Amino acid sequence: MKERVSLVVDRIRCDGRGVCAELLPELIRLDDWGYPILTPGPVPDQLLALARRAVDDCPVMALAMRQSYRRQ
Amino acid sequence: MTRLLDSPPSLGALPHVTAEFISVIDRAALVGRGGAAFPTAVKWRAVAQRSRGNAVVVVNGAEGEPKSLKDRLLMTTRPHLILDGAVIAARVLRAHRVILYLGERHDAARAAMHNALTQRSEPECRVVSVAAAPARYVAGAEGAAIHFLNAGVATPTTIPPFAFEKGVSGAPTLVQNVETLARIALIARGMPADSVLVTLAGGVARPGVFELPTGTTIGEAVRRAGGMPETPRAILVGGYFGSWMRPEEAMPLPLDHRAHLGCGVIGVLPSSRCPVCETAGIMRYLASESSAQCGPCFFGLRALADACTRIAEAASDGHDINRLQRWAADVAGRGACKHPDGAVKFLSSALEVFATEFAHHSHAMRLIA
Repeated sequence: MKERVSLVVDRIRCDGRGVCAELLPELIRLDDWGYPILTPGPVPDQLLALARRAVDDCPVMALAMRQSYRRQ
Repeated sequence: MTRLLDSPPSLGALPHVTAEFISVIDRAALVGRGGAAFPTAVKWRAVAQRSRGNAVVVVNGAEGEPKSLKDRLLMTTRPHLILDGAVIAARVLRAHRVILYLGERHDAARAAMHNALTQRSEPECRVVSVAAAPARYVAGAEGAAIHFLNAGVATPTTIPPFAFEKGVSGAPTLVQNVETLARIALIARGMPADSVLVTLAGGVARPGVFELPTGTTIGEAVRRAGGMPETPRAILVGGYFGSWMRPEEAMPLPLDHRAHLGCGVIGVLPSSRCPVCETAGIMRYLASESSAQCGPCFFGLRALADACTRIAEAASDGHDINRLQRWAADVAGRGACKHPDGAVKFLSSALEVFATEFAHHSHAMRLIA
């Protein structure tokens, strides 16, 4: 079992500032109203640092990383 | 006697129930009748496992679905069956509070429930309180009910925590539809739960609430409502959170989980009505009922409703059908509650069943003009 993390957004907190999509366009795009659409699944290892940065920089603390486990 | 609406107003003293009763519910294969059709035994077990004598039972009589009448009819005519179910739930789940969450505009139903409560002598009925559910579409959703009871705001909250983990006052909470609880009253007395309450609406001769054996076809339900005076164009199965279906597909469907019956509304759209206008009207309603907490729901449903309306009014630039398809895919699954998902599912069924009307609508409108 290897630990994986995936991104989750608290839809009620999210204000659509769009910072996450600027920092992590590989996994996050914005809809026509400026709210993030997340690529489902675990965050690839090479993007973990950027994903953490996106979580830390969300101005309303709506973006979070959640642990998920996947059989290797 | 196996039916709710033709049972006597009161079935007498409650039978003895223990925690084992959850297995009985399991064997009866009872599912929630508020719309989600979630297995009742699973819900009860989750609360029972966490209850330390502090669980809360919320009797959900909000009935916010505009075309549904069955919960109101049941509360008005058989309130004791619902209270039976609530008391049984309180005993099995070791609850210390029972809250009747009743639609603020359902006056007759609330009066009947109040009156029935004064006639009860069980100790559990001394811990019953009553709350008025706001007359909004989402107010009957489990999360919204709990939010209202905790903070006076009937809007959904972010999940987790689930109601069974942290509901009213942070306690494990069961939120259960009134029809489901009334069926518990029958199951506890060894009677089968083999019927459903449905509301027939729109183009039928005698619209209203009917109780039919599980597995009755939609076609038979329509016949019970006096049939259709006019050729139907489509059937809306499951109310505004349901799907449009072609009559030939809907009629043979049995009234059970296979029909995705939702809250039990079966709406008949006669051929003389414009399906695009009808769809646009319902989308405008669903957009206006967004609790405006999540961007994709608040902005997305409004954009979808506006695009539908432009098509209906022949004011579209020709790209609106593409927009509807793209936005519907974008909005699904992106709210704290299922409101946007339900609206998008409803719309997608309209785009499929009424594809011809949507495509030719502006042309037809020009001919009429």
